[in-house]
Amino acid sequence: MAISFKETLASGKFVVTSEVGPPKGTNLEKTIHHIALLKDCVDAINLTDHQSSVMRYPSLGGALLVKEQGGEPILQMTCRDRNRLALQADLLFAYSRGIQNVLCLTGDSVVVGDHKEAKGVFDLDSSQLLATIRILEQGKDLGGNDLDGAVSFCAGAIVTPEANPLEPQLIKFEKKIEAGAEFIQTQAVYDLDKFRDFMSYARQFPVKILAGIILLTSAPMARYMNKNVPGVRVPQSLIDEMATAPKGSALAKGIEIAGRMIREIREKKICDGVHVMAIGKEEIVPEILKEAGL
Amino acid sequence: MIRSITRQKSMEEIERLLGDYTRVFIIGCGTCVTLCRTGGLPEVLQMKEQLEAANRLVTGYLILPVACDEITQEILAANQSVISEAQALLIMTCAFGVQTVATRMETTVIPALDTLFIGKERGLGEFHEVCTQCGTCIIGETGGICPVTTCHKGLVNGPCGGTKDGKCEIDPQKDCAWTLIYQRLKGLGNIDLMRRYQGPRNHQVVPHPGAFSVPREERSI
Repeated sequence: MAISFKETLASGKFVVTSEVGPPKGTNLEKTIHHIALLKDCVDAINLTDHQSSVMRYPSLGGALLVKEQGGEPILQMTCRDRNRLALQADLLFAYSRGIQNVLCLTGDSVVVGDHKEAKGVFDLDSSQLLATIRILEQGKDLGGNDLDGAVSFCAGAIVTPEANPLEPQLIKFEKKIEAGAEFIQTQAVYDLDKFRDFMSYARQFPVKILAGIILLTSAPMARYMNKNVPGVRVPQSLIDEMATAPKGSALAKGIEIAGRMIREIREKKICDGVHVMAIGKEEIVPEILKEAGL
Repeated sequence: MIRSITRQKSMEEIERLLGDYTRVFIIGCGTCVTLCRTGGLPEVLQMKEQLEAANRLVTGYLILPVACDEITQEILAANQSVISEAQALLIMTCAFGVQTVATRMETTVIPALDTLFIGKERGLGEFHEVCTQCGTCIIGETGGICPVTTCHKGLVNGPCGGTKDGKCEIDPQKDCAWTLIYQRLKGLGNIDLMRRYQGPRNHQVVPHPGAFSVPREERSI
């Protein structure tokens, strides 16, 4: 039986989470394989919710797979695809099946995904979803009706420490904490000095912060993220480091950089843990953690 | 001035909708669609040429001054005999105009345009959607900028993670509503308004379709 994520957060240990993207289809083999690889080397596994608005097997289904394998799932829930009835219903279902952790997200626009003509719902936003969880925990629903059996969740949210402009993002971050976020996963950080600045601000809040680590796989990938991914800034020095890696060993260099960053975050106690995203390369995560000395 | 913003359907779709109707009467409008260049006189004449080139007989055309206005019924009545010679009316107005005509005429009406949004004219030929008539106006707390409309996701508690350098994740040309609101409130010294938690919105203030009646005794001018 896995230790609950809430207990892990409270233990004061350096927290490590990662994520698995459910499959496009019903072949669960690869997802099950990724979960098996990750479940014992991280404290909890996020299940992405139609990441980048690409329709996939649901995060709820993925979270149940993690439970079935004895792991600790963090159910990602976006507000893009479900109205408040559907979101609440899925929270009831998740709780009833032993899922105890939820990461509340607004969700990407449908326009960036693979069903570009779909209706983006956004009946609630991420802070309202967090508040909803706290209401359901009181045995009520958003309509003010009594529940026959309440829920209890460890709820989290995200922040982009390098957003520009930053202040609106920080105001939202504070709203999420007030609405009930217990842990925060950050957008990918690469500049640890800048991240320290963010943490010196964030430390004042009663919330655990997990630094987002995205594996760099090549110099062009790093440049692509700088150009296209909101709030991600890979410093030139890291791009150069990736670019000078010998041919065929860019991935090894990326693993080295990610491992080095995690090690520094942990050893210098910059924040409470890390959330490792190896988008599409989940099988690499154990190597990254080994490189980090975990 | 607010305008109904339209875009012409593809000729392929218009031809499909017209089907076997060979005698067609075209109706344009002198207001919004004239400004949008989608249903004024030049566009009506161009449509006439295209239909004729496709072997349809255009029995006539008419530019209504304000298609959505009640005066339309009088104009249609006055031209009833000419219009009725056609098997179908191709309406190059917004959907308000199409429906006004449809309720007044026995002939089949076919829209030639898609109605995109109700926009505010900011300059000649520049239209922007600034209000979506949600019924729960919060712009008193957002510096007079509507996040329900201006934010692509209609978020009321601040920006999403998709905002990049003050622009929206769906279009680098599109301003992030929450950056605009932030800058405006900062300028006004009212940034604390952004900290206020906004609860879930009421989407049923007026269940669609909306209807409103001024009490009878208040109707006289």
